[in-house]
Amino acid sequence: MKRTLPTIAVNTMLVVGGALVAFPLVWMVSVSFMPRGAASTFPPPFFPVDPTLANYRELFANHSAGRYMANSALVATIATLISLVINTMAGYAFAKLRFAGRDRLFKLLLGALVIPGQVTMIPLFALVKSLGLVSTYGGVIVPSMASIFGIFLVRQYALSLPDELLEAARIDGASEARIFFSIVMPLLKPILVTLAILTFLATWNDFMWPLIVLTDQKLHTLPVALAGLSREHVQDNELMMAGAVITVIPVLALFLAMQRYYIAGILAGGVKG
Amino acid sequence: MNVRKAGWWFVAPAVIVLGVFFFLPVLAALAMSLTDFDLYALSDSANLRFVGLQNYGRLLTEPLFWKALGNTLYFVALGVPLSICASLGSALLVNSKLARFRNVFRTIFFAPVVTTLVAVAVVWRYIFHTRYGFLNYGLSELGLAPIDWMGDPHWAMPAIVILAVWKNFGYNMIILLAALQSIPEDLYEAARIDGASGWQLFRHVTLPSLAPVLMLVSILTMTGYFQLFAEPYVMTEGGPLQSTLSVLYFMYEEGFKWWSLGRASAVAFLLFVLMFAVTALQLRMGRREVSA
Repeated sequence: MKRTLPTIAVNTMLVVGGALVAFPLVWMVSVSFMPRGAASTFPPPFFPVDPTLANYRELFANHSAGRYMANSALVATIATLISLVINTMAGYAFAKLRFAGRDRLFKLLLGALVIPGQVTMIPLFALVKSLGLVSTYGGVIVPSMASIFGIFLVRQYALSLPDELLEAARIDGASEARIFFSIVMPLLKPILVTLAILTFLATWNDFMWPLIVLTDQKLHTLPVALAGLSREHVQDNELMMAGAVITVIPVLALFLAMQRYYIAGILAGGVKG
Repeated sequence: MNVRKAGWWFVAPAVIVLGVFFFLPVLAALAMSLTDFDLYALSDSANLRFVGLQNYGRLLTEPLFWKALGNTLYFVALGVPLSICASLGSALLVNSKLARFRNVFRTIFFAPVVTTLVAVAVVWRYIFHTRYGFLNYGLSELGLAPIDWMGDPHWAMPAIVILAVWKNFGYNMIILLAALQSIPEDLYEAARIDGASGWQLFRHVTLPSLAPVLMLVSILTMTGYFQLFAEPYVMTEGGPLQSTLSVLYFMYEEGFKWWSLGRASAVAFLLFVLMFAVTALQLRMGRREVSA
């Protein structure tokens, strides 16, 4: 068998690579169950000798982890729902409804994709402040209520909807709103799931804007709270790993459950150039 | 309601949101960068003064800004090629017909992409811990001296590069994997009949077929890496000796620590212009290579 050596090489590289990549996440979970100080030894322990939930208990009892988690879930859910409606309506219109200036407007949006969001952050803060939204959930959510990428994603998918179907509904006297909600939305379901997951994960993981706009600690999302906590508790490795676990596990679980949709979104976005 | 009108009603919410919270701030950023916008102007715009290009002039003579720019370019120059190599390598492995459990490995390699940057930066800070971290333990097993990753100005940025590569390579792997799967099998067959070796197949069939996609992913990765912020914020606070201070971190401190929002806008704009220029340059070089 000439094939044996390359087969062993490829699979060995995969196993070693996979172990290296998975290691930080596995170790994070493992250390989060160790009692205070157990991880500050050399050589570093891999498994907890004496597994405990003390770190999680402390996070929720003394560091309001439950509150931050609820903040994160609330912000990500609302941003996802609002942006889903707004992006879907626009994406469908760009694909299927002819209106004056449509193509020029779409080109303008695509061109604006090159502008990084950070350019807007300073004036956005001034704007949000003048609207009285600094340190409110609304302030975190407003800039993510619509996204050019989301509109693009829906448009690409909606292009494949059959025009005859929409025309038939129009001839039957259905209003445009009715057509959108009862015919278009159900047909767009796969891309809506994809967009919802992408938006939820992006909002949950977002750091810089919530850090800037949420000055009141009670409103902090998990990443902002964790960054603050990790600056105060530099030495408490076990506690920090527990904090990382409760931040990462919800999104990781969502991804694992919906992997197919998530990857479809990346591929649809990746070919845009 | 006719279709033409309906179209506008459907895009109106998106146009309003993007107009108010994206396009307006972009223009405002340019305007603000020409003023001395500060904490007093934030409470009452009567305190605002037009200063022309003074913010830009001051920035370009400020050593700390150049330091931040240099650090960011170093991060991009080191991080982008390493990320692309990791993405390409893992895509080739996962795509290999000899590989087993390909979907499992694909998922493992992709998992870091969906994790929260702040959380994994906290985890990696611990892995890089000088005394108790796993990385130095690994080095000591190999007989190497421990490295003060977060405390040595020479090692702090490479440490952040390691985190960034680990976190991001899976994203491009997925895109490259799709590109690999779209290369027609006939091309390989024909080359094999001509007696091409494995390496020659890779060099003369795989790489040229991937070239446009490689160009795309390197531009996407580069623009992402220019926006370095959360990693140094969590792991090093820009230290030691400002060795991990990035342009965006500099902007954040100017804007929200010192409240010089005018100057911070100028920083944001300079970063944008730089990203735009590097992207254009890369595209042009790519085109020349393809036509050559």
